[in-house]
Amino acid sequence: MQEILLNLAIIITKVVFFTFLVVLPLVPLSVYFERRFSAIIQDRVGPNRVGIPLTLFGFKKDFHFFGLIQPIADGLKLFLKEDFTPEHVRKAFYWLAPALTVVPALITVCVVPFGPDVTLFGRTEKLVIADLDVGPLFVFAISSLTVYGITLAGWSSNSKFPFIGGVRSTAQMISYEICLGLSIIPVLLYFGTLNLSNIVEYQAVNGWLILPLWNESGSVFSAGYWQTCGPQWLFWIPAFIAFVIFTVSIFAETNRMPFDLPECETELVGGYHTEYSSMKFAMFFMGEYAAMVIGSALIVTLFLGGWSLGFGADAAIANFSIGAFKIGGFIHLGIFLGKLLLFINFFILVRWTVPRFRYDQLMKLGWVIFFEAALINVFLAALIIAAPELKAVIIVIGFVLLVAVTAAVIWVAKVSEPPTKILRA
Amino acid sequence: MPSYLFWLFSTIMLIGAVAVIAFRNPVSSALAMVTSFVGLAALFIGLSAFFVGVIQILVYSGAIMVLFLFIIMLLDLKDEKKRSESFAPLVAGLALVGVFFIQLMGVLSNKLPHQVAPTIDKASLAAAAGDFKEGSKINEALASGSLPDVHLIGHTLFTEYNLPLQILGVLLLVSTVGVVVLSKRQTN
Repeated sequence: MQEILLNLAIIITKVVFFTFLVVLPLVPLSVYFERRFSAIIQDRVGPNRVGIPLTLFGFKKDFHFFGLIQPIADGLKLFLKEDFTPEHVRKAFYWLAPALTVVPALITVCVVPFGPDVTLFGRTEKLVIADLDVGPLFVFAISSLTVYGITLAGWSSNSKFPFIGGVRSTAQMISYEICLGLSIIPVLLYFGTLNLSNIVEYQAVNGWLILPLWNESGSVFSAGYWQTCGPQWLFWIPAFIAFVIFTVSIFAETNRMPFDLPECETELVGGYHTEYSSMKFAMFFMGEYAAMVIGSALIVTLFLGGWSLGFGADAAIANFSIGAFKIGGFIHLGIFLGKLLLFINFFILVRWTVPRFRYDQLMKLGWVIFFEAALINVFLAALIIAAPELKAVIIVIGFVLLVAVTAAVIWVAKVSEPPTKILRA
Repeated sequence: MPSYLFWLFSTIMLIGAVAVIAFRNPVSSALAMVTSFVGLAALFIGLSAFFVGVIQILVYSGAIMVLFLFIIMLLDLKDEKKRSESFAPLVAGLALVGVFFIQLMGVLSNKLPHQVAPTIDKASLAAAAGDFKEGSKINEALASGSLPDVHLIGHTLFTEYNLPLQILGVLLLVSTVGVVVLSKRQTN
């Protein structure tokens, strides 16, 4: 009985720590980064004033944390706004929709490995809430439920623009889910496992998937590496294609800028959340950013080595201990969060530099380019992985077939494309 | 799975299933069906079939029901009106339920050889490891006492059911091509 209660306490601690103390604070933090970064890009200053107003008490200077408190002020403002529910909405669904966008994004946190084991008070615990053997599939499954929130928000608002936004998002998210699932098949083939913790551990030893600069026989600086790095760099080709498709599909899944058609202001007022105000609106906002955080975490975990630092330094860090407490895992947690923040900033950089796609361009990119590319990539990866066990003739035949199929697909795509009409004023 | 979890998720599933026909609004019915599917997935996961459970959510709740909802919203269906009950459909429905119930009873009352679910403790898993090739992923995972359900499903599909799998693949391809052909014909 005592054992069960202790385990329960540990699980609850993990859930509270990772969800509410690690991932949720990242949401306002990324809002802050978004505003400051966009300001830098547009040659503005951005919010840098919110802090402790010491001048009110007669001091010479205000104390501002580079405006880091701005998100708190924003959140407070949203809390205190009037929560207005229009007359014409379908009440139950209107209330359900914001929750349905936030909750799935936060549930997916539970399979993300934040670090390796830590030993505290004689107990060894993994820094992951649920170490499932179906990690990436679980993330896809739960985040595919997010679409209900957006669709229902659009439909239940019972007005035109939100409805169009909801319908757009449904089509967009279903389309890109397919690319998302297909694009990581090469990665899963390579690792041979669906357990995200094992995938990161493998990368810590054998080099990150798209940065294979070290392996078991040393890093780039040692001779042993150069004799054994051939297969790694060969697999880098399909891995990089998978990385590009996966990253762009995550952009589309999270409705971020080049693909934010469900809410694009110039066409749809505010898209699916036009009729929402106050905290309900803030929940959509939070859902979008939480999805972005989880998407970045998944990309970092699958392609960029998760919590590992690389170059053979991970074992030393993991064994770092103070007395009986092996707390190297927390250093890895820091490394992971650092990578995560870098990737979130990449998301923001893309948002403020790439213009929005047209809807038909979006659908074409998903169905005509990415779907086929991901499918061909699966076969390419399979060929490269199986190559050491095949005869040279079979490898050549397979390669020629692959090239022929690729050429055929490109030709079909070119032929079936309607001739572009030249618009005249 | 602890029995209280079984009862919890079965209750969620049954409530969802009843709500599908009890609700008058089609959108509510579709959402109730999603609830039911999520409960079913939880039951699968409780039986250590993680892959099946996750696929249940991914395919049914995440894709198929979204399309259902999409169509319902586009058609803008109104709430079902309460129709005057006619006798024939009621009898037909009851008869179907009766037949299904009798069949279920027949299946459940049979003394099956594996009526007790096989235990999945470390010892029995390690014993099963011998059935697979030495050094393979399944063998290693079983020997270490974990159930590699994704690998096992893949192994079964590609060894025992290879031909049916490929036939199914061709069938899906044909239906996909068919849809494209039909939709192209309409636009021309």
